[in-house]
Amino acid sequence: MSDFEFPWEYSFPPFFTIQVHEATREKQLEKWVNLIKDYQKHTNSSNLSIGDSGLLFQNQTINRQLPEDGRKIVLERMKKLGLAEPLDKDLSTWEVYWHTIPEWADILYNWAVENAKQNTVCTLFEITNDETQEFYKLDNAVLVKALRHLEKAGRCELINFGDSEGVKFY
Amino acid sequence: MNRFEYLESKLIENESIVAKEKYSKFYNGNEKTRFADGDLVLTSHRLFWGSHEEFQKGSVQLCLRLSYIQSITEESGSYIFTKKKRLICHLGPVDSNKLVGPLDNLNCNIDFIKISSKSGLSEDFMKAFRSTVNAKIWLVDESKDESNKKTCIKLRTGIVGIERSIISKQQETDKNISKAFKDLDVLMNMAQDMVKISKVISGKIKERNADISEDETIKFKTYLMSLGIEDPVTRNNFQSNSEYYKNLAKEITEVLLDVVGESDGMITLSEAYCRINRARCLEMLATDDFLAACKYLQGPLKLRTFQSGTVILTLEYNDDASVADSIEKQLLNHEYMTIEQYADEANISLLLAKERLLVAESLGKLCRDNSIGGLRFYPNQFFV
Repeated sequence: MSDFEFPWEYSFPPFFTIQVHEATREKQLEKWVNLIKDYQKHTNSSNLSIGDSGLLFQNQTINRQLPEDGRKIVLERMKKLGLAEPLDKDLSTWEVYWHTIPEWADILYNWAVENAKQNTVCTLFEITNDETQEFYKLDNAVLVKALRHLEKAGRCELINFGDSEGVKFY
Repeated sequence: MNRFEYLESKLIENESIVAKEKYSKFYNGNEKTRFADGDLVLTSHRLFWGSHEEFQKGSVQLCLRLSYIQSITEESGSYIFTKKKRLICHLGPVDSNKLVGPLDNLNCNIDFIKISSKSGLSEDFMKAFRSTVNAKIWLVDESKDESNKKTCIKLRTGIVGIERSIISKQQETDKNISKAFKDLDVLMNMAQDMVKISKVISGKIKERNADISEDETIKFKTYLMSLGIEDPVTRNNFQSNSEYYKNLAKEITEVLLDVVGESDGMITLSEAYCRINRARCLEMLATDDFLAACKYLQGPLKLRTFQSGTVILTLEYNDDASVADSIEKQLLNHEYMTIEQYADEANISLLLAKERLLVAESLGKLCRDNSIGGLRFYPNQFFV
């Protein structure tokens, strides 16, 4: 996997302090949301822990890291935008998506239409194993969420095979 | 018993406490009185009766001047088994200036009283009593008074006497105070001369401005220039407070305008207060008056309160935008600035430096970096 290219603000120390001035803070949060989205997409992971000690929240070169309350503020903002959901009550682990669930649903449905998967049953593995697609190796939990969203709209049906799951697009 | 008076239990001059006795009572002649179960306090001049706490508070108590006592005899208990001891005091005629006391209206003129206590008077007390009465210290005072011819008869005892001594003491302190203030007047006159001299010197330095190069001389010059108000505005010259404050505000503007201008258009109120008082020399201003006067300021200086509660004096045209601009310019040479750094470079107090940086931040010109290294301010690059 190639190295992730961090944006310029990642080397700007004030980026790691939640700003007091409102307009500045809005701008800062926007940049954080983008960074997390891009980083998660790059590493293809949908789970993020508040106590994460990876590169995302801290820049060793300038010796700065986003404090935990700051991380929570950023993730709350992502939740508002439909880009994250907390996985536990104390908000310490989060599920993060670089597309919102409805966006994923659309992407999946379009793929199904384009590849003539309508009215046939395909497994979840089949979907996430298409190397050409953005959802290649997408986390199962996120995939299921997106499919359930489609199911509600009446555009697909989830089928349980016992040990694995499949889906039928309409 | 009609020689007793009601008096405040405050010691007069030269008077001192000699002895005390608890649970004591008086007999008027041979008759029992209602004055039983009290604390006796014997002083060099008088005998007080009442509760001990009351005596210490100095409230009104029953009092007998010892000068009434002509002779003392001792009496033992009338029963064989009780050895209660009493003192019989034979008293002289009632003094003309005696104050109100108990049993005044009783016509019968019994000229002795008995002093006793629950378990008989203690030997110590009786001894002390006898020797005090025999010493007749009050006579010494009286003779002193007589030798002092200015006051023919100066009575030391009684309320009148105490009042008189208080009045004379007051007169003395008044004298002392006015004497002290005379000295101050002289000092003030001298201070005015000093101000004049300093004006002359500062004027001279101004003329020969070019000659001065050394730092210290320049410093001296600035000190002298900001020194001395020839005719300070004082409260006495005005009838109403508002008039006084208005004029004071004018004076503040005159004195501090340059100072404020030099320090980038803002100084803290405390600094302003120190400056004005230094310039006024002896006519010091009270903080309240200063603050009140500042509220009357009508340009080009004005009072401003920051969100944090810090109050400053600022130039009227000095708005936040210009503050932020000046900070932005200063930041051009730096990657970031701390409060200390900025205060140092702009030559202003830390408090003011912080307020100014916060103003610039609130306008979105700066953003903050709060780390273990402390608070730093960066140019706001989020909007780039």
